[in-house]
Amino acid sequence: MNSESLKYKSKSFTTGVLINLLLLLIAAACVFPLVWMFGSSLKTQGSVFSDMSLIPRVLHWENYYRAWTEGNFGTYFLNSVIYTVCVVGGIVLISSLAAYAFSRLQFPGKNFFFYMFLAAMMIPLPGSFVPLYVLMERLHLRNTPQGYILCLINVGLSLSIFLLKTFFDRMPKDLEDAARIDGCSKLGIWWNVALPLARPALAVIVIFNSLNVWNEYILALILFDDARFMPLQVGLATFHGEFVTQYHLLMAGVTIAVIPILLIYIFMQKHIVKGLTAGAVVG
Amino acid sequence: MKLKSTLENYLFILPAVAIFSIFYIYPFYATFNLGLRSWDGVSAVSQFVGLRNFKEIIFQSRFWWPSIGHAAYITLIALTLQNALALALAMACDRQIKLGNFYRLIFFIPPVLSEVVVGLVWKWIYNGDYGLLNHWLTNLGLAHLARAWLSDPQTALTCVAIIHSWKGFGWGFIILLAGLQTIPRQLYEASRVDGANGWQRFWHVTIPLMIPVFVLVSILTILGSMQAFVLVLTMTGGSPALGTSVPVSRILHSMRGSLRFGYACAQGIIFGLTLVVISVIQIRISKKMKQA
Repeated sequence: MNSESLKYKSKSFTTGVLINLLLLLIAAACVFPLVWMFGSSLKTQGSVFSDMSLIPRVLHWENYYRAWTEGNFGTYFLNSVIYTVCVVGGIVLISSLAAYAFSRLQFPGKNFFFYMFLAAMMIPLPGSFVPLYVLMERLHLRNTPQGYILCLINVGLSLSIFLLKTFFDRMPKDLEDAARIDGCSKLGIWWNVALPLARPALAVIVIFNSLNVWNEYILALILFDDARFMPLQVGLATFHGEFVTQYHLLMAGVTIAVIPILLIYIFMQKHIVKGLTAGAVVG
Repeated sequence: MKLKSTLENYLFILPAVAIFSIFYIYPFYATFNLGLRSWDGVSAVSQFVGLRNFKEIIFQSRFWWPSIGHAAYITLIALTLQNALALALAMACDRQIKLGNFYRLIFFIPPVLSEVVVGLVWKWIYNGDYGLLNHWLTNLGLAHLARAWLSDPQTALTCVAIIHSWKGFGWGFIILLAGLQTIPRQLYEASRVDGANGWQRFWHVTIPLMIPVFVLVSILTILGSMQAFVLVLTMTGGSPALGTSVPVSRILHSMRGSLRFGYACAQGIIFGLTLVVISVIQIRISKKMKQA
């Protein structure tokens, strides 16, 4: 081996090490706040401001029980679960019905309606929470779970319709034709044939929307006065405002809010990435 | 028979169109209607004031343009720091895609967390009295640098902007990495054979082929960062002395703080139009660049 190629090799080796160091450092910076959050949630009110260790010596797991009961996070958590299930279920049913029609059925004004949903994704409407608040007040739906759920279904609708329509467009029609010849109704074909085949696209929609609903904050903030309806994100902010010094319980609450997201993320990574890149390309 | 079938088809889109009309089209109309009125959100009647809200926001408000400035600052940091980091990391992972999958898993954790969660955890790390950052600085013998990061007017906005970038870079990383993966390897090989060094390959192969992806990422970064506000709300609430207030937090304040619903809607319209203009300019520029 001549010296020239040796030099090249050692240079690329050093750059390789440097690159990997940088990658590791950034990766540590991503995970670190979560470790700090978790460690702090196991400290006491006395030690949370003075003990700067990442994981304390004595682990106070009872903080989670106290956050769940005294901090009201049990209620908030349950509310978040209910909202997520209802909103995502609603989005899946309503958007798949519409997307199926846009892809397979014929009716006047089809393109007009489809582009209407597309346009909604492109036009930024900052501060749309102001008219939504007014609307909910007029419909007597403000401070009700139903009102919040309907608002959020609308938020996720356009992107979901778009993703599903593109998926249906690429799906072969043979099975649907066979079902039609067998006398299956349109609704029956949608439910029995199209939906099961669209499972990969539905997975993306379910996970993408679940994350959005679970993390939603501003609509919940302005629509709910009543603590018993509030989801986790608002609950966290409320707790922080009321019990400024109870950082160990607050961090237990934050951990409670983060764990489901992390679990979904780790197990469904592939779908989330697909959904986000697809969403980005449309938006 | 034909008519019945068409009506049946409409039933498929009926729920979607109904929800969309009530929760998107009506609020859209209401924003423009309320923007021309003065209303406290409670009274039965509102007063038509024409363009007065718009005039007041554009010419008289002391807080509106600074809030746009703050959002622009956060956006600038996101465009430069966040996207440069995302690109550097994506290029580092481009050649070793197995490792890339691992890092992708890690880098994408901040984007899936909620802004409230991110804001609360970092707010505490930045805390002037009990925060981890000051504790570490003191341990490193840099105690003179320690400060109340989020209540110091000199650092508050930058601190928020950095956390915004921390939360966002993983998302840029994924899109940029996907873009890099589409560049044919033969192009790199060919330019290597032609004697191009690393920098030349970067400037003459990677950059030109990645321009569409850069445009996409930068438009989305601008739209997202200009409208970011939950993070600001959680970390500083707009303080100190409104030094971190952003347009959407001003809109929220007009509505809940001053009970000026019409004014809030007018702010929303002005800000929305600003965003549309920015995206149109960007798309124009990128089209020109493509032709050149």
